[in-house]
This record gives sequence, C-alpha cells and structure tokens, in this order.
Amino acid sequence: MAVIEGTNTGQKPGQGTTANGESRRASPVLSIEGLRTQFGPTVIHDNLDFSVQPGEVMGVVGGSGTGKSVLIRTIIGLNKQAAGRITVFGRDLAGLSAAETMAMQARWGVLFQDGALFSSLTVAQNIEVPMKEHSDLSPALRRELIDVKVSMVGLPPDAAHKYPAELSGGMRKRAGLARALALDADILFLDEPTAGLDPIGAANFDLLIGDLQKALGLTVVMVTHDLDSLYAICDRVSVLVNKRVKVGTIEELMREPDPWIQEYFGGPRGRAAAGSAEQAGATETGPAQ
Amino acid sequence: MSAAEELLAASSLEVARDGDHLTLQFVGDWTTRELARHDAALRGLDPAGARTVALDLSHCGAVDSAGAWILDRTLENLKGKGLEVTLVGVPPAVERLMDTVAARHVECPPAPKVDNPLVAVALRLGRETVRISREATDLLSFLGLTIIVLARSLAMPWRIRLTALVSQMEQTGLNALPIVGLISFLVGVVLAYQGADQLAQFGAQIFTVNLVAVGILREMGILLTAIIVAGRSGSAFTAQIGTMKVNEEVDAMRTLGLDPMEVLVMPRVIALVLVMPLLTFYADIMGLLGGAVMATIVLDISFFQFARQLNDAVTVETLAVGIVKAPFFAFIIGMVGCYEGLQVSRSAESVGQQTTRAVVESIFLVIVLDALLSIFFSVIGF
Repeated sequence: MAVIEGTNTGQKPGQGTTANGESRRASPVLSIEGLRTQFGPTVIHDNLDFSVQPGEVMGVVGGSGTGKSVLIRTIIGLNKQAAGRITVFGRDLAGLSAAETMAMQARWGVLFQDGALFSSLTVAQNIEVPMKEHSDLSPALRRELIDVKVSMVGLPPDAAHKYPAELSGGMRKRAGLARALALDADILFLDEPTAGLDPIGAANFDLLIGDLQKALGLTVVMVTHDLDSLYAICDRVSVLVNKRVKVGTIEELMREPDPWIQEYFGGPRGRAAAGSAEQAGATETGPAQ
Repeated sequence: MSAAEELLAASSLEVARDGDHLTLQFVGDWTTRELARHDAALRGLDPAGARTVALDLSHCGAVDSAGAWILDRTLENLKGKGLEVTLVGVPPAVERLMDTVAARHVECPPAPKVDNPLVAVALRLGRETVRISREATDLLSFLGLTIIVLARSLAMPWRIRLTALVSQMEQTGLNALPIVGLISFLVGVVLAYQGADQLAQFGAQIFTVNLVAVGILREMGILLTAIIVAGRSGSAFTAQIGTMKVNEEVDAMRTLGLDPMEVLVMPRVIALVLVMPLLTFYADIMGLLGGAVMATIVLDISFFQFARQLNDAVTVETLAVGIVKAPFFAFIIGMVGCYEGLQVSRSAESVGQQTTRAVVESIFLVIVLDALLSIFFSVIGF
C-alpha cells in the first residue's frame, strides 16, 4: 500500500531533519548487496550494491547496454541473479514462499516501456486486473476506484473504455501508470517513462510522477535517459558504470572523475537540462522571495 | 511501517449515536486491502434522524488513495443528505491526500451497454455476413494482384528472391516430410484395414489393393497433404507476416521501396506451388506403403501380389489426377495465408485471429475446389 502515515507528513528525505533522515537511512525499502547478473559469459552487473530510501525518487542512468532495465527486471524477479541478495521491505526476496511473493508483488507497481497494457482489454479492465487478482473489493467499489486511478493519472474519462491500440503513446503510459498504481503500490518501478513522448508530454509526465509521488508518498525507482526528468523529479541518481552503481545527487555525481559521468552531466545536453531546471526553480521560488 | 505494526494493522469502523449526533470513528489502516470489509457498511449507512455527523480520523493509521476516496465519498454522501458534517482529528497528510483525490476526481462514463442477446445475435449475423462478403471480394482482388505479380516475376525471373524461395521451400517442404509421411502411412493402413473388413464379406479381399490405390492416389494423398500444409505452413505465413505488420516491418519495407508482394508473398506462394506436388507424390507413396504393409500382415497379400494388383488397378493417369491438383491447392493455401497476414492490425490478438481464419479459410477453399475438380474430372471422363 502506498500509505501516508497519519502522524508523519510524508516529507522528502532531503527536507527532513537530520535525525529523521538518519532513521530513514537505517531502513531502506529496497537494498541490494553484491548483485551479479550475467547472460551466458557476459557479465552485466558485478558486486553491485544499491539501496533506496522510503519516499525517495531514485533515477537510474547509464549508457546503452549497461543493464539499467536488467537491474529493474532483476529486482522484480523477471531475471534471476547469479549472485547477491535483494531485500525489499526488509525481506530477502529469495527466501519468500509463493504466497509471500504474490503479496510482495501487490506492493510494487511496474510501468514497462510503452505501458505493456493487455491489448485485448480496455483501459478500465487493465486497471481492474490487479484489483481482481489481489483484493476482494466489490465490483461497485472497483468501478469507483478505477475512476479514482483514471483521474489521478490525468486520463480523459472517455479513455477508460478504449483499447490500448486506440490510445496515443502518452496516454498508454498514463494508463500503464494507472494499472501500476491500481493497488496503491509502495514502490513504483518505471522503465523509461518519458521515452518516446514529445518534450511537452514528457514534462507533463514528469510533473505527474512528481505529483503522485508527493500525494501518495511513493518510493520511485526510474530508469531514464531523460536529463530533464532527472533534474525535475529525482532526489538521487544512480549511474551504472563498470558493472556497478555510483549513487548521489546530481551535484555530487558531477564531482566524480569518471569520464562517462562527466560527459553525461557536463555535455551540452546535460548543461542545457541543468540550465532549464535552474530557470524553472527560479520562476517557482521567485514570487515568494 | 515496521513489520510489527503491519501485523497489528487492522481497521474498524465504529458508529456511535448521541441524540441527533452521529460519530463515525475510523480506526486503523484504511488501505485498499482493508476497504472491502467496510465498503458495504459505509455505502448503506443510514443516518436515521441524525442532523450532525462527525468523521473522527484521530485514530486512523495509514490511508492510501483508495482509503481517501472512501472517506471523501462518505463525506459527500452525508452532505448530500442535508447533514452537517465535520472532520475531526484529520492528520494533515491525509487531508491533503483527500483533497488531491477529490480535486482530480472525474467519473468515467459507464461501459457501453451490452445489447439484448437476441439483438446481439442478429447484429452479429449481419456483421459477419457483411464481413465475409467483403472478405470474399478482398480475397478475389488479392488473387488478381497475386497473379499479376506472379506473372511479372515469371517474366523477370531475376527479380524472384532466390534465398527466400529456397528457405521457404525447406521450411514448407523438407521440414514437412516426417509429418506428411507418417499421417499418409497411417491413413493407408486404416483404409486397407477397413476396406478388407468389408470386402472380405464378398471374398474379394484382393480388391482392397484397388480401394487403397484409387483412394490414396486420387483423393486422400493430395487432401491430406493440403490440410497438413494449410495447418503447418499457411498458419506460419499468416503469423510471420502478421508479426511483421505489428512491428511495422511491412511499412518499413514499403518506405524502402520494397514491395511486400514481391518480398514476402511471392517467395512463399512460389515455394509452396513448387513443393506441394512433390509432397503429394511422397504422401501417395507412403499411403500405398501403409496399405501394402497392412495387406501383408492382415490379408496375407505379399508385396509382390500387391504390386501386380496395383499395376492392374491404376494407371499413371490416376496418379496424375491427384498430383495435378497440388499446385492449385498450394496456390490457394499460400495466397490465403499471406493475405490474412497482411490483414493483421497492430495488436497481438489480431495475429491469432487472422491465423485461425487463414487455416479455416484455406482448408474450406481447398475442399470446395477439390469437389469442383472431382466433378470436372468425371465430366471429362478421367
């Protein structure tokens, strides 16, 4: 369940007090130790450590073929790791029984590239699938909750009864997000959420994810190539280099000597994204000052 | 939320009445998992004379968006009944979530109504009739197009894609040998056995050979081959071309100046037309072999006797009558398979639908054509 604790006001980790920040750091929602994945002789990740704090938006970047998507697929159990431990909500995924795995799957939502909606079902039916499988909600309540999800992701109401083939790419992604959120997941995994969207659509989708993350107190792990997304909504960024990850805020990462990281954030696109993020920040805070 | 808290997390709804004041106390976690138990109670809540209602959230734990929606709905419901509603002890985060959910909420229109079953049947009948007649015309124009492209290819044979052609011949011909052989052999066995059973009543077992020979050579060999090829290769054509359509490969081909008719359809149709007579001949031989084996075992007709009787029973013409049909059937199967593949729209489901359609249509057309040809051959006296 994506939950907001009654007593805790869902602050972002960076904004919390130091003590609060430290207590959060003590219990990450997701942690990976010594992960090694390989396909045949090709090693993708080697001795990789990675952890995500509750309520954090973690971006995952890296060059093509560095295994960004593979990392997410390994966490959600679609790939088997060769070695290493993956812990989610303090439970080792390898040690879960079939029923526990099912329960765990209900606590995370995944948005695949291009939505991966079931093409034989309408958007509303797609959103209903996890509700039917994992909960005993009545049909009437399910219909109402579908309305809630459809409106939260900003789909027009008449899209609910359309088939995925009748939707545009951006709408398919929103519908996929609605399905990922159907059970109010705690962690949301996004695989290139803004790839293939026009810049305005991509910016809107970033805003949407940021909004939902704040409103629902989600923890988000997103693979992306989109520098604007990184600046707009990510609290920290993990860069996949040399089969491992380097984690930090963008400022911290820019001090890394690694040539790929330097090129990525310091290149023309990186500087442009940083510039536009600064501008956006200035106009946002401007009137208040 | 720690594991211990999670174990304890259960929700309850407490309703307290005090004169015309009603208090609803929401205790525990109001999350998707918990809601099913309370939805009916909240929906059917009867204020029964109360004038003011307080929703007390001071004891609630975690609330997710579904929980926020339920709270909001209850609030609006009670307000709608003209009651004065107050929220008590709402944690700020929950209030924000309720506001977010309420502010964005729009109701989706109801799902399109399902028609009355009788109307639906009539509708479907009409729709299918229109579809079939339209498909028949489309298929006919595709037949024309295929013939034109085929004629052009034959006039300019260097434009035929040799690699694709050979590879299709391997897939549709060579790889089909085991299954075509096995099935023909078994049908030969069955024919011989059933025939012998009946003919023995007249003491005419030896004519089992005639039955098997004429049956296999004229009809069974070619029909079995056609049906196996339709199920094996016709469906493969549709699925291959259909998947390429889903991936926009066919469109990419057009933009690169490649004609899908030439690149995809021609190698498949020509390959099938070339290998089908060979497959039929092979099926004939295997069928006769099956009959011969059965005759030896059950009827004590030796291989030698079988061969002599076979020589009396059939001529080369009998074999020709069967094999001459093969290229026509092959053309139909290949054409229908490719046509249905090109009809696939951009969804995975439609690949399956069109594949089924391709197999059913090609088998149907093959059998219709076979019936017509039988009449034709008997008229011209073969």
